[in-house]
Amino acid sequence: MNLEVKKQQVIEDFSAYDEWLDKYEYLIELGKSLEAFPEEKKTDDKLIKGCQSRVWLDAKLQDGKLYFSADSDAIITKGIISLLIGVYSGESPEAIATDDFGFVQEIGLKENLSPTRAGGLASMIETIKRIAENG
Amino acid sequence: MSIQEIRAQFPILTSKAYGKPLVYLDNAASAQRPTSVVECQKMLAESQNANIHRAVHYLSSKATASYEDTRDAVKEFINAPSREEIVFTSGATAAINLVAFSFGEAFVHEGDEVIVSVAEHHSNMVPWQMMCERKKAVLKVLDILPNGELAVESLEKLISEHTKIVAIAHISNVLGLVNPVRKIVQICHKHGIPVLVDGAQGVVHEKVDVQELDCDFYAFSGHKLYAATGTGVLYGKRKWLDAMPPYMGGGEMIETVSFAGTTFAPLPQKFEAGTQNFNAIPTLVPAIAFAQTCMENAAVQVQQSAIFSFVYEALTSNSRITLYGVPRGTKVPLFSFSVKDVHHEDLALIMDKMGIALRSGQMCAEPLMDRLGVTGLLRASFAPYNTLEEAEYFIKSLDKAIEMLV
Repeated sequence: MNLEVKKQQVIEDFSAYDEWLDKYEYLIELGKSLEAFPEEKKTDDKLIKGCQSRVWLDAKLQDGKLYFSADSDAIITKGIISLLIGVYSGESPEAIATDDFGFVQEIGLKENLSPTRAGGLASMIETIKRIAENG
Repeated sequence: MSIQEIRAQFPILTSKAYGKPLVYLDNAASAQRPTSVVECQKMLAESQNANIHRAVHYLSSKATASYEDTRDAVKEFINAPSREEIVFTSGATAAINLVAFSFGEAFVHEGDEVIVSVAEHHSNMVPWQMMCERKKAVLKVLDILPNGELAVESLEKLISEHTKIVAIAHISNVLGLVNPVRKIVQICHKHGIPVLVDGAQGVVHEKVDVQELDCDFYAFSGHKLYAATGTGVLYGKRKWLDAMPPYMGGGEMIETVSFAGTTFAPLPQKFEAGTQNFNAIPTLVPAIAFAQTCMENAAVQVQQSAIFSFVYEALTSNSRITLYGVPRGTKVPLFSFSVKDVHHEDLALIMDKMGIALRSGQMCAEPLMDRLGVTGLLRASFAPYNTLEEAEYFIKSLDKAIEMLV
């Protein structure tokens, strides 16, 4: 699926819920359905700094595309990272590095997290971009 | 005065958060301010804005009088022996840093020891750690018992001939237990060791009498006691304050200044360098009046104990929940807890959207979190303007949030 289509899908899924509690419920489901992340891969080099809860992010390059896997000890955060990697997994490093991540603004996620947690979201985005920039 | 009359003094409590009535349960971090405090601050800015202690003109005299009257009010409030033993600071953190630095300069040398408890707020731990590093002294730690109480019986064993000072919270900002400060002071004084009490939470919940406690220092913040932010108090016994060098230089803390040397002003100005927060310190007067009214008001006390019992029972009867700081007899309505298989951050996020303001995380007490074996906790702390209905809504919402997450 094309990157823009995937983003549009997330925006649509999110806008289906009026209440933030329902949006959280959706994120919780996303978090719960995220593919298991092996315990032995939860090393400090995969830990994203700036998050109140712990978030691990791993990536592998296959046939010129990046594939991400992630985990968190907090379920909503796990849902957020799941949403991000769902959009960007399978994209080329160039496409990710040059993307503006504007859809995150569009679904109002950042504004609805407290400042420390919005910082966490920003760190997740930065980490994904950094991985893409380093190929 | 009824609870509704008290609430009417806090217009912010009628706020809506995400369309839901705001339930403010983060009072241990910062309390809301009654209109008397807000109006006092407005009055100070509008009609008494001039630097204090310096000029001879009309406005400066008025501002100075308000500032110095506040010192008398604080002296009365904590029953200090004299007004010279009340030093204004920007908060409890600044007050403790002042003592850690100046007391350290005067009395702590290489190989000496300082004792704090494992349940201290960072503000009553890091300043001592910094001082110990500077002085090559050793920071020793008093442990807690499994129920959260301080292991006071071990204090005697920790004390040695090298112990120079003991710093302990009156009430832990995480456990919400009133520590036996009087007993700790007695033990320490038997060995000639002074005690600093971090009263940031204590002064809000307990009637403080520094002469009865006989502590050597007592520090607290205004903003947790319904006053403006940037206000704080250090009480210190004169014998120590006199013997300690100034913390900062400049402003009205001097007597004479020349390049050959400077002599310092007497107490308390010696410790009040630079322009003081004259636009905020006098808000302590209406804030103290409000705090005293609450402590003496029967309706408030009945309500507070009803809230306490309800929340305590609800949290301790839920097998999924672990409450930290259990002893009922010494606990104030400040509840830190964890929920099995649920991250505190998730709960705080969801309950925020239900309109409930809680604290989540390490609560500026990382060593205590390590000691308890948790990465963070959730905390609900109640004030006299909180109602039983809010407590019930909090518990109902907590159950609902847990249900969403498991």
